[in-house]
Amino acid sequence: MSDAPALEFRDLEVAYTVRGIDREVLRKVSFSIAPGEAYGLVGESGCGKSTAAFAAMRYLPRNGKITSGSILFEGQDIVGMSTSDINTLRRSAISMVYQNPATALNPTIRIGDQVAEVFALQGLSKSDALAKVEQALIKVQIADPTKVMRRYAHQLSGGMAQRVVIAMALASNPRLLVMDEPTTGLDATVEAEVLDLVRKLRKESGTAVLFISHNLGVIRHMCDRVGVLYAGALVEQGATEDIFSNPSHPYTVGLLRCIPRGGLHKNTDRLDTIPGTPPALGTHFDGCVFADRCALVEDKCRTTQPEMVTVGQSHVARCFHTDKAGSMPRAIDTVSVSVSQNPNRATTGTRLLDIDHLSKAFTQDGHAVHVVNDVSLQVGVGETLGLVGESGAGKTTIAKLILGLYGSDSGSHVVLDGKDLAGTLNKRDIKDVGAMQIVFQNPDQALNRRHSVTRIVGRAVQKLRGLSADDSTDRAHELLSGMRVEATLHSARPVQLSGGLKQRVAISRAFAGAPQLVVCDEPTSALDVSVQATILNLLVDLQKQDGTSFIFISHDLGVVRYISDKIAVLYLGRVVEFGDSNRVFQGPHHPYTEALLSSVPNIDGSVRKRIPLTGVIPSPSNPPSGCVLHPRCPRMAGSGVEHLCTSVEPALTEVEPGHFMRCHIPLDQLRTVQTQ
Amino acid sequence: MKRFILQRLGLAVITVFLVCVIVFFLTHILPGDVARQYLGRGATEDDLRDFRRLFDLDKPLLTQLFSWINDLIHFDLGQSMQYRGPVSELLGPAIGYSSKLAAVAFLIIVPLSIAGGVLAAVNRGKKIDRAITVGGLSAAVIPEFVWAIILVLLFGVTFEIFPVTAFPGKGDKTVLNQIWHLVLPSISLLLVLFGYIARITRAGVIEALDSDYMRTAVLKGLTRRKAVIKHVLRNALLPTIAVIASQVPYLIGGLIAVEIVFNYPGFGTILKGAVDARDYSVLQAGVVVSSLVIVSFQLIADILFAVLNPRIRQKISE
Amino acid sequence: MNDTTATTIANKSNLERKTIRRERVRLVLRDKTFLIGALILGIWLFITVFGNFLAPHAAGDQDFQFVSKSPSLKFPFGTDSNGRDVFSRVILGTRLIVVMAFSATVLGTVLGTSLGLATGYFKGKFDMIVMRLIEAVSAIPVLIIALLAIAALDGRSPTLTVIVIGFVFTPNIGRTVRAAVLGESELEYVAAARLRTERTRHILFREILPNVLPPIIVEFTVRLGYAIFAIATLSFLGAGVEYGSPNWGSQIAENWGNIYSNVWWPTAFPALAIASLAVSINLISDSLLEIFEL
Repeated sequence: MSDAPALEFRDLEVAYTVRGIDREVLRKVSFSIAPGEAYGLVGESGCGKSTAAFAAMRYLPRNGKITSGSILFEGQDIVGMSTSDINTLRRSAISMVYQNPATALNPTIRIGDQVAEVFALQGLSKSDALAKVEQALIKVQIADPTKVMRRYAHQLSGGMAQRVVIAMALASNPRLLVMDEPTTGLDATVEAEVLDLVRKLRKESGTAVLFISHNLGVIRHMCDRVGVLYAGALVEQGATEDIFSNPSHPYTVGLLRCIPRGGLHKNTDRLDTIPGTPPALGTHFDGCVFADRCALVEDKCRTTQPEMVTVGQSHVARCFHTDKAGSMPRAIDTVSVSVSQNPNRATTGTRLLDIDHLSKAFTQDGHAVHVVNDVSLQVGVGETLGLVGESGAGKTTIAKLILGLYGSDSGSHVVLDGKDLAGTLNKRDIKDVGAMQIVFQNPDQALNRRHSVTRIVGRAVQKLRGLSADDSTDRAHELLSGMRVEATLHSARPVQLSGGLKQRVAISRAFAGAPQLVVCDEPTSALDVSVQATILNLLVDLQKQDGTSFIFISHDLGVVRYISDKIAVLYLGRVVEFGDSNRVFQGPHHPYTEALLSSVPNIDGSVRKRIPLTGVIPSPSNPPSGCVLHPRCPRMAGSGVEHLCTSVEPALTEVEPGHFMRCHIPLDQLRTVQTQ
Repeated sequence: MKRFILQRLGLAVITVFLVCVIVFFLTHILPGDVARQYLGRGATEDDLRDFRRLFDLDKPLLTQLFSWINDLIHFDLGQSMQYRGPVSELLGPAIGYSSKLAAVAFLIIVPLSIAGGVLAAVNRGKKIDRAITVGGLSAAVIPEFVWAIILVLLFGVTFEIFPVTAFPGKGDKTVLNQIWHLVLPSISLLLVLFGYIARITRAGVIEALDSDYMRTAVLKGLTRRKAVIKHVLRNALLPTIAVIASQVPYLIGGLIAVEIVFNYPGFGTILKGAVDARDYSVLQAGVVVSSLVIVSFQLIADILFAVLNPRIRQKISE
Repeated sequence: MNDTTATTIANKSNLERKTIRRERVRLVLRDKTFLIGALILGIWLFITVFGNFLAPHAAGDQDFQFVSKSPSLKFPFGTDSNGRDVFSRVILGTRLIVVMAFSATVLGTVLGTSLGLATGYFKGKFDMIVMRLIEAVSAIPVLIIALLAIAALDGRSPTLTVIVIGFVFTPNIGRTVRAAVLGESELEYVAAARLRTERTRHILFREILPNVLPPIIVEFTVRLGYAIFAIATLSFLGAGVEYGSPNWGSQIAENWGNIYSNVWWPTAFPALAIASLAVSINLISDSLLEIFEL
């Protein structure tokens, strides 16, 4: 092995041609990865991190091109390399793992044959290649490789598909592995397993890794060194520890500050924000790329591009104010909202919503699939109930049942303010409909793209408040301005707004009828972290002002912990744990909650012992007998109640005041094993 | 799989049944008296009564419908009003001729159109792509009879390369000569169908070229050519099966005009004769037969698609 | 200060997006395909409106001194076997086919859109029954079902042909719209509308319809081209329009037998007219397809 870095970018510039104009995506990016090192590139959407990943493979989209600079693999420039040489490299030395493993596999070729292709490219015969596939799959901890080899991509779960892709990438014993958001979109427990696997394989093989992620926690756990990208420029770089403990670029500082960390709570802490939004693709800058959003900005920042400044051992930042960045003033959006509309609200904590034995079965191919099973929850006035759980847990279905968008099965009750509501929307009276509203995950789908912002909000005011068209429009403007959507944007269509602004419009609409309860279904998961903070602050303000209750659905435990007063943990359509936010987070936990919490990579670097959750989430059409968690339960073995777990479904019982669990294992026993 | 095929077969039967009902509705219930229209304004009441009795037109409508369908099930296509003989004797040989023409046309159309679509896709955005897509669809919107006449004028009359009729007549009846006579009519049909099939093929290939699995293949180190052959074509050509089946109705519709221009005694010529003579029994039977052919092709395409597509195959076998 | 920054950035992106849209329109106007299509169609529309003033002779004018004369200065497209001026007859035939094709397509689009909206939104049994019927109609070649209907109704009137073609197009357009509506009705803005107690009619026509317009517009232009195709073919086959009227399809039907004796002009010019009109519409629908990125 040579001493040259495994990968080196030298002043790399990449541009995409969009409508005939070249737009810069990477601006003079330089970094190098030593053999065997794991280097992380982190940044928000549109910062160019994926482009960097694909550039390392010399694979750019049809409209992309390298305009200057060089990419060196073990000292060899691959920019000018011939196609056949680059193919040789891809076959033997550089591999890649990408986001969306399910689509990365060919849907019509058996898994075994797809992996075998890599070996065949190295010159192995078909039978030798297939034999090697088995070993490769065992290496990525696939338990039943011969069975998996015969499958097609759609028959694999997301985690399994990603293992196959990793097996394929490692099949050529590469010296450089490029991983582009390899666990984004996977459930938390699956993500944790895949990351564990990658760490283990890396230790064994000594492969250098370029690891791309938007998730600072993941980067912190996976990488030796980190580079922070903003608007296509590398703004800071250093050892992982240094970056997280001593961030020296205002952007890095802001990014770390605006993440809801463990311990922060809406009642005591307000989240920092980074004002503004990331620049559009290919925006031209005379000075620093971050100047428009920087709290430390000076005139020279806008006119002169700062050089990389050394701030510590191999720790550099591209800023004039590296010394002040760490202690820069907190950016808190102090202007609070002004849309108060509920003067005579009830006292916080009084019971508002009672969900009683809520169930829903969908019919699929003649079979009943129980998506939501006997869910009972309560929400008080001015309270936030957080719903957490992995995919298939039924979070969104529960929300839609409460709102009446789906009709619930008989025996279910949704009681609002003491009134038992009809199962479906069209049977509820208009006041009750207006009392419960929703903010959806994806504002692009939730806002009619043909309507103006004013019309979207105005129509809701008109219908839910019974105002005249003119009055509704006035009220809509008030509401929007209160949510800090500037008047100049009121006549815009949603497509003209940034993601954060779109979500503000959606929130304005949800609040149009002065609701008592708003369901927030992953309202920030489509947004960058810097925008997420402003949306969370807005929601908290609205709650404080009007005493609005929230049901907050999220897969991000940090966000849920920050905003929730109570938390319900769902698994396969059932509530497995429900109680005060602190209780649920501090434990003792339900075994599933425990596993879920342990799978989150924290940004504070604290290493928690991983409680693995093996196997795949079962299908709700064919749930396991007894406790639905038992085939995967980390605490069942040795609990002494195994016979119960496998045969009897536990009921949701109050294990201590205000703390409910669906588990056969006694609370004290759980406490003992969990504190060991 | 068996259940899937039976289910599809059931749907096909329902479709054909509905076609019968629609056809019957069109000829018998819409304003316009079949007997009077066939016999013309000069017919006397006696003529009309006799005619109605002969063709069961005096029975209640539902009885007529069900006895007609019952006859169809027993392969009895009824009696021609014009020739007073079994419709099957009229349609049988004609369908034979048309099948020959359609088969020759199909053998030319399918491979050429798919090749055109693939060629356009791999050269996306280049001149050849525009030529195939814009040119192909522009040709497709020009009616077959216009193409047929232009082709006859150019290659039959002016340059005298091809025969101007599709039927060899008394002359040389070898297979090759028969096919030779069918080339120009087939080209008229090709020009109309090429554009659609090529366009859908192109879309399928482009989707596969842009797919993540194609990227995986290239990043594994496969050459582009190999990646296209191994990973793109199979996935891309699956939807083409459905498109080809969906073009069968247009092919059959196109036969009428082409057969007339090339003086070919096929199904279309018979149908045109029936329209002119207002021979409703032949028309009805002709429509049912053509829809039977169309539905069969769709059925075959459905099953083929399911067999070749692992995702659907799995869904079915569950 | 934070706020103003946010606003300026938002405005900037707002402006940029407007420019993108303007750029897009400019791209279309620069698109050769579109321009050629629009130019040819423009000429035909001009002739449709002013044909009566442009034609040197009336449609039925016969001059037996000039029978089957080849194109000359006096008769630029020659004369047919009845001594009629082919040029005048091509010009005077324009209006009928353009008006018929347009009316039939409008009828088919209106019916098909309503059907597509209803089936796509209500799903369930209603959708199932309508889809089976659509399936059945699609299993009959358009031309054959039109021939059958026209024969059954004993119609040689343009109005009847327009109605028949409109109805025959309905299932096709209905299916396209239904597919688009199915996708749209899953989107959450529809749920949001239901959550402010909007009526179904409002949801269908105010919320969903505007979003499925692009495929409807493209489908309209595609069908318009096919309407020309179908009307020309029907009149060539002697169905649909009065025999002997100055109609391109009938002109070809009357004269194409003479091409064997090299009298090509009474056939070739109406044929070119049909081809150029149909192609011009196709060129336009092709570039629309590109703008809407369907």
